[in-house]
Amino acid sequence: MTETNSSMKLESRVPAGPIEKKWDNCRFEMKLVNPANKRKYSVIVVGTGLAGGAAAATLGELGYNVHCFCHHDSPRRAHSIAAQGGINAAKNYCNDGDSVYRLFYDTVKGGDFRAREANVYRLAQISVNIIDQCVAQGVPFAREYGGTLANRSFGGAQVSRTFYARGQTGQQLLLGAYQALERQIDAGSVTMYPRREMLDLIIVNGAARGVVTRDMTTGAVDATIADAVVLGTGGYGNVFYLSTNARNSNATAIWRAYKHGAAFGNPCFTQIHPTCIPVSGDYQSKLTLMSESLRNDGRIWVPLKKGDSRPPAQIPEAERDYYLERRYPSFGNLVPRDVASRAAKQACDEGRGVGPGGYGVYLDFAASIHRLGAHTIKERYGNLFEMYDRITGEDPYSVPMRIYPAVHYTMGGLWVDYRLMSTVPGLFVIGEANFSDHGANRLGASALMQGLADGYFVLPYTIGDYLANAKLEKASPDHAGAKQVLAKVDTVTRKMLAIKGKRTVDSFHKALGKLMWEYCGMARNEKGLQFAIGKIAELREEFWKNVNVSGGNEEINQALERGGRVADFLELGELMCRDALERRESCGGHFREEWQTPEGEAQRDDEKFSHAAAWAFQGEGKTPGRLVEPLEFEYVHPSQRSYK
Amino acid sequence: MKIILQVWRQKDRNARGKLVRYECPNVSEHMSFLEMLDVLNEDLTTKGEDPVAFEHDCREGICGSCGFMINGVAHGPMPGTTVCQLHMRHFKDGDELYLEPWRAKAFPVLRDLIVDRSAFDRIVAAGGFISVPAGSAPDGNAILVPKDASDRAMDAAQCIGCGACVAACPNASASLFTSAKISHLGLLPQGQPERYERALNMVHQMSVESFGACGNIGECEAVCPKRISIENIARMHRDYMKAAWMVRPEVETGGAG
Repeated sequence: MTETNSSMKLESRVPAGPIEKKWDNCRFEMKLVNPANKRKYSVIVVGTGLAGGAAAATLGELGYNVHCFCHHDSPRRAHSIAAQGGINAAKNYCNDGDSVYRLFYDTVKGGDFRAREANVYRLAQISVNIIDQCVAQGVPFAREYGGTLANRSFGGAQVSRTFYARGQTGQQLLLGAYQALERQIDAGSVTMYPRREMLDLIIVNGAARGVVTRDMTTGAVDATIADAVVLGTGGYGNVFYLSTNARNSNATAIWRAYKHGAAFGNPCFTQIHPTCIPVSGDYQSKLTLMSESLRNDGRIWVPLKKGDSRPPAQIPEAERDYYLERRYPSFGNLVPRDVASRAAKQACDEGRGVGPGGYGVYLDFAASIHRLGAHTIKERYGNLFEMYDRITGEDPYSVPMRIYPAVHYTMGGLWVDYRLMSTVPGLFVIGEANFSDHGANRLGASALMQGLADGYFVLPYTIGDYLANAKLEKASPDHAGAKQVLAKVDTVTRKMLAIKGKRTVDSFHKALGKLMWEYCGMARNEKGLQFAIGKIAELREEFWKNVNVSGGNEEINQALERGGRVADFLELGELMCRDALERRESCGGHFREEWQTPEGEAQRDDEKFSHAAAWAFQGEGKTPGRLVEPLEFEYVHPSQRSYK
Repeated sequence: MKIILQVWRQKDRNARGKLVRYECPNVSEHMSFLEMLDVLNEDLTTKGEDPVAFEHDCREGICGSCGFMINGVAHGPMPGTTVCQLHMRHFKDGDELYLEPWRAKAFPVLRDLIVDRSAFDRIVAAGGFISVPAGSAPDGNAILVPKDASDRAMDAAQCIGCGACVAACPNASASLFTSAKISHLGLLPQGQPERYERALNMVHQMSVESFGACGNIGECEAVCPKRISIENIARMHRDYMKAAWMVRPEVETGGAG
């Protein structure tokens, strides 16, 4: 059933012409589907975050027949909702020298020269349309007194181009997309299937034609057939168990697509976010982000002396080390996330960390409160301060916050070409689920931008070209391929329920997370990665012998849902380590201890690794193949990233 | 500390439910309420019993998935706090807590503490949007929005759709939820063209879904984790009344073209 292949090739399909013309050229070259014919095509969209929700709504508006699935009880709950800080756009409303080219440049550089230039340029171009669209939908962005849109600055940029809605930008953008989607549901162009989890992909004659989903209320497993499949199922940060992702965020959809031949791009590129609330105990279920925007007004520091356990207020200025301001004077506290995270780790590894266990650094607002007044700080970050207080029981208006890096985002994902199609024809991947635009490190406020760009403005065009050109035969859920996949899903579910071993799903997940954090986290090395690969294989073997999934299939069974996801994480974790092992350089969020500059910064090896790596499944138990898409930098010349 | 839980257990929509007593012996004050339930569930699973089903996802108070009654109060005792953000430091050793699902005709129980809130989606589908297809928007700054209007719209737009307002209301009314969306969009210039029709359609859908009417009791505002004000309900009523007078049937001869 797995139609994989050693002959798989990566064709990026980047259009010809100068970079500023490529998207125009592409749009002109693509075939269109006549408005009256659109309703004859059906498209499956899995996931209702910013990318999936926006895509489903837009395809519905265009007149396609859309089947949209999400595992939540409502399409309004996807984890895009938790994005706090903002969304970038090259509007130059602040008149501070921003432009499409500058946003493009910052993003390619921020990604440490491991992203496809043409994609990033398109993203920067589209960024301006996104803001317009969202404003028109009624997203209540922050405003100046004159009624114009307000902006703030974010890490990795020296201009103010971030639009925001208090600390809840993701929520407001997602509700905009959700409302557009509900409008289409009401109009009948989109059929919504909530509480349905995608468990497999259906391929007919080499093209993606459907999905197998489980109704999470009744356990019924069904096949749905369409002309194309779009995955907007988010990232896989939960491989680490503890991350800022929502508890139910998972990799099952993309992982099962991978096993049908969709190559997995740069799996080792994970983003560790510098400002999260530190871990407090074993029972901890997730980590909470404190928005990067806080670094606009907060100063990061640790005591100069090792093991200085005085309360922060008693440590005089002269005995504090504002290490980001010291090491990176031109960007200061606003260096990109990978740089800030590593610097925090270094400070703690030196024994200068604060708080219980010594894994924390201060994020201090005293200077800003003194300069701007508590009222202004409250207006900017009130909800974040409140959240911090609720979780830690400490008041950040009077005591500095304690923060530590945590897994936040995955730049890797299914490999897609310029038109967002994976190596499986008819399988499109959008938003965080794909690998496309952020290279080895994503800049703050760029995830929302990419999700919405893909969903509102890229996929709706490119999928039309695919449908207009593809000669698809009629398919139905009775097709042999569909039946085979259904049977396989059923077998795996039964197998998992029958084990009734001694360890809970969560205990396996926690063990995997510890291995990943230790050996494939902020710093990686050859020996550690090899060790982790062996350990993960052992853990996986034990899982299938000793996991205890209680209950049955024909009911709401949250242990069964988690069991399936963790089984996939146990395979994906190994691939991440393999990718990290083979990428013998440091770049962005991927820091190999063997490759660093004398100052401890990431050292790229452009000669050997100026490429995206995409892994092709070769069958269960076989080592996957590593394919390479060379990256050419015609416009932004690769250099040692400097934020000094 | 030790916490005693009395948890509503119900296998599915049609089964009879009952309260079951559990003891949580080693609760840390730094745990969130849901983390305490995680530990209980790990324990139940190891003992071969069915874990307690409860809905949850982001665990940072924004997705709106979680929520149940703790001693009769939606999301528990802390104001402006979802149950995922409620920490055990607010309870004391030996406390006995009754956990029940949202109770409302429009929210049938699916299992244990999980209810079906899809009625909320249908209220939004009835009109909780601005009709603007992708691509047809003017420049962002072409629409000036007074800061005050934008701030107030944001206050209303913060609603997370958790359903606590319905659970707390003696009439199981969805007025706070519905009015928050009507206010959010109605306060903005972009929302004006559909303002009155929106109020009419959403309020109508609310009654179709078997939610009760608002009796101005204010329990909804008291338990709302996002502190949405009942001022929005007054606004909704004004728009609805005005709409009932003003909205005329669509012109039958179609558009000008």
